[in-house]
Amino acid sequence: MIISKRWLPVLAVLSLGLSACAGSPTTTTTPAAQNAGQADIDKAMTTPTELTFWTWVPQIEKEVALFQKKYPAIKVKVVNAGQGEPQYTKLRTALKAGSGAPDVVQIEFQYIPTFTITGSLLDLRPYGAAALKDKFVDWTWSQVTGDGGEVWAIPQDSGPMGMLYRKDIFDKHGIAVPKTWDEFAAAARKLHAADPGVYLTNLASNQNAVWTGLLWQAGAKPFGTPARDRVTINLNDEHSQKLATYWGGLVKEGVVSTDADFTDQWYQSLNRGKYATWLTAAWAPTFLTTSAKATSGKWRAAPLPQWQAGQQASGNWGGSTSAVTKGTKNPIAAAKFAEFLNTDPESTKMMATQQFLFPPTKALLADPEFVGQKPEFYGGQAVNKEFAAISGTVSTDFQWPPFLDQVVSDWDETVGKALGDKGDVTAALGQWQSRTTTYATNQGFKVESK
Amino acid sequence: MRRARTWTGYLFVAPFLVVFVAMLVVPLAYAAYLSLFKDQLIGGTVFGGLDNYARALTDSRLLDGVWRMARFFLTQVPIMLGLALFFALALDSGVLRLVRLFRLGIYIPYAVPSVVAALMWGYIYGPSFGPLAQLADKLGISSPNLLSGDFALGSLANVVTWEFTGYNMIILYAALRAIPPELYEAAAVDGAGPWRTAWSVKIPAIRSALLLTVIFSLIGSFQLFNEPQLLQRLAPNVIDSSYTPNLYAYSLAFTSQEVNYAAAVSFLIGLVIVIASYTVLLATNRRSKP
Repeated sequence: MIISKRWLPVLAVLSLGLSACAGSPTTTTTPAAQNAGQADIDKAMTTPTELTFWTWVPQIEKEVALFQKKYPAIKVKVVNAGQGEPQYTKLRTALKAGSGAPDVVQIEFQYIPTFTITGSLLDLRPYGAAALKDKFVDWTWSQVTGDGGEVWAIPQDSGPMGMLYRKDIFDKHGIAVPKTWDEFAAAARKLHAADPGVYLTNLASNQNAVWTGLLWQAGAKPFGTPARDRVTINLNDEHSQKLATYWGGLVKEGVVSTDADFTDQWYQSLNRGKYATWLTAAWAPTFLTTSAKATSGKWRAAPLPQWQAGQQASGNWGGSTSAVTKGTKNPIAAAKFAEFLNTDPESTKMMATQQFLFPPTKALLADPEFVGQKPEFYGGQAVNKEFAAISGTVSTDFQWPPFLDQVVSDWDETVGKALGDKGDVTAALGQWQSRTTTYATNQGFKVESK
Repeated sequence: MRRARTWTGYLFVAPFLVVFVAMLVVPLAYAAYLSLFKDQLIGGTVFGGLDNYARALTDSRLLDGVWRMARFFLTQVPIMLGLALFFALALDSGVLRLVRLFRLGIYIPYAVPSVVAALMWGYIYGPSFGPLAQLADKLGISSPNLLSGDFALGSLANVVTWEFTGYNMIILYAALRAIPPELYEAAAVDGAGPWRTAWSVKIPAIRSALLLTVIFSLIGSFQLFNEPQLLQRLAPNVIDSSYTPNLYAYSLAFTSQEVNYAAAVSFLIGLVIVIASYTVLLATNRRSKP
């Protein structure tokens, strides 16, 4: 109740608004840029240049140093502008203002369409990016590829989804690692009945990314952009309903918890064995090593349970790319930096083994030095090898909407809320669909759905 | 001569005027201007007149938020100001020892940044491993989830009360110290005891300070932002993006990218506050007249 808080909304609106008038960067079509010739590239890479790189990867300076060693003329200034959302907010403001935006920026896969709809990213094809396709796992490459074949970014790391489980809890209650979702549901009931203090898993009611990853696994195609001004929204189709009936049922029975994740409560629950599994991504094994130290040696990794026995499918949660902003004055140097960072053997290996980012490159996923690691935390299991195999089972045709923030926020307040309140998750799908459709229509899109 | 003197006056207020115009008038006018447009991902910016305002007046999410804050104001503020007044009178009564220690102790929560306060209370409210839940567990009773739909507004009110009681107490205490001692002497001569003095002399004498704290609290209630935003992480299903009007304006601007609509919503929140403050002033003025 300090008086100064009075101006907060005004200031907040203004800081965006003032910048909104400065430039209107929206262009309707991407003009086919001229391919940069080798001579142009050589010249650009030997001309003294300073690039700004926004990223939240800790100690990325090590990889940047490798680049600067190879191209001494180019200096890369690394700026940590926040992780995820806070960085995107700053990026949007800078892009609208027409100044202050970085040359190269870390963007998560799911946010690429949100930034391409505003014409903020540079197509990297003229700088030889198309030739990099074969270095990357198929689905990661399709994630950075636009509807017109544009290459909007270079994959940096990925998060194919699997299941981390507590072997000790499974053994104690005689539970076999579930291979299908039916087995998983049976195990959830059995475990909770045997020990009411333990849940087979926690489906966080604030974590849209997990829900989306599970949709991805189920083969859903919730979003599509058949044209720039058209969008398909199918949040209430048979795949979504299958998921809603399944999880809504387990939550209502009370055999699966829905605590918000990455909160103090959640960390403590992980450490104290309240959750017997975590449906999570390939980056989680390292994350858990530091966040749930008390449980060292008790965890193992396995693929996600499947909808049909014998099937092999997964989705993705997280992972980032390096993109080049359209306003950059040094497109060649910026594109080559993004390329070097994510394809140079030394740089990529460093990211995988020192920053523990889960690699999207085929070379590293087959590299014994990476997949052969056998951490004590997982009782000597080669968890990277497990997730490397899962990465190959992620389907390539999943697309993100061009307004992700809104979709996530609407999910939180419909489906997420229904999960948290043990409410009607299937009905919530309809609300999610209608709220997202209303927003898209308000934003001028023609909305199609099945 | 006369003309020159006029200009000198303006020269003296110029530093204030420049800052006032640049930092307040221009931004406000610009926000008002923005609120008349509509910016779409497809189609760009178009003039919409009062469309945004019309939409806001029928936006149930905004109206629910305003109503929620009105309830918050009507329940939390009387409790907080009652406590502040009680503490101020107690400190002023001269009966307590260690007055400085108590004064400081009650004031300290206000010095704790609201971010820290919200995080701390978030931990205390924790439904499984929070100290309150643990204690209830030890005693063999089940504690209610303080961050669930039924309790969240009350839990939020508790955090705000904890934070701002000391702040309001200091204002009231300072006003009490400024009362001329002759009034107390006169009251004593008339045979008034301490309770009677407090009720008939002290409280009427600090009426304007009380009114000030009511207005500050009213503005604060409708502008509530930090605390719900931080507790949102812990209770995402209860505290949604339109829980308070301010939170809604923020999420419209930054999540939905609807800057123009957010500007219109901000202006309407301002209008609500002006009307509510004016109503409070009018009501108290009328009552003071015989």
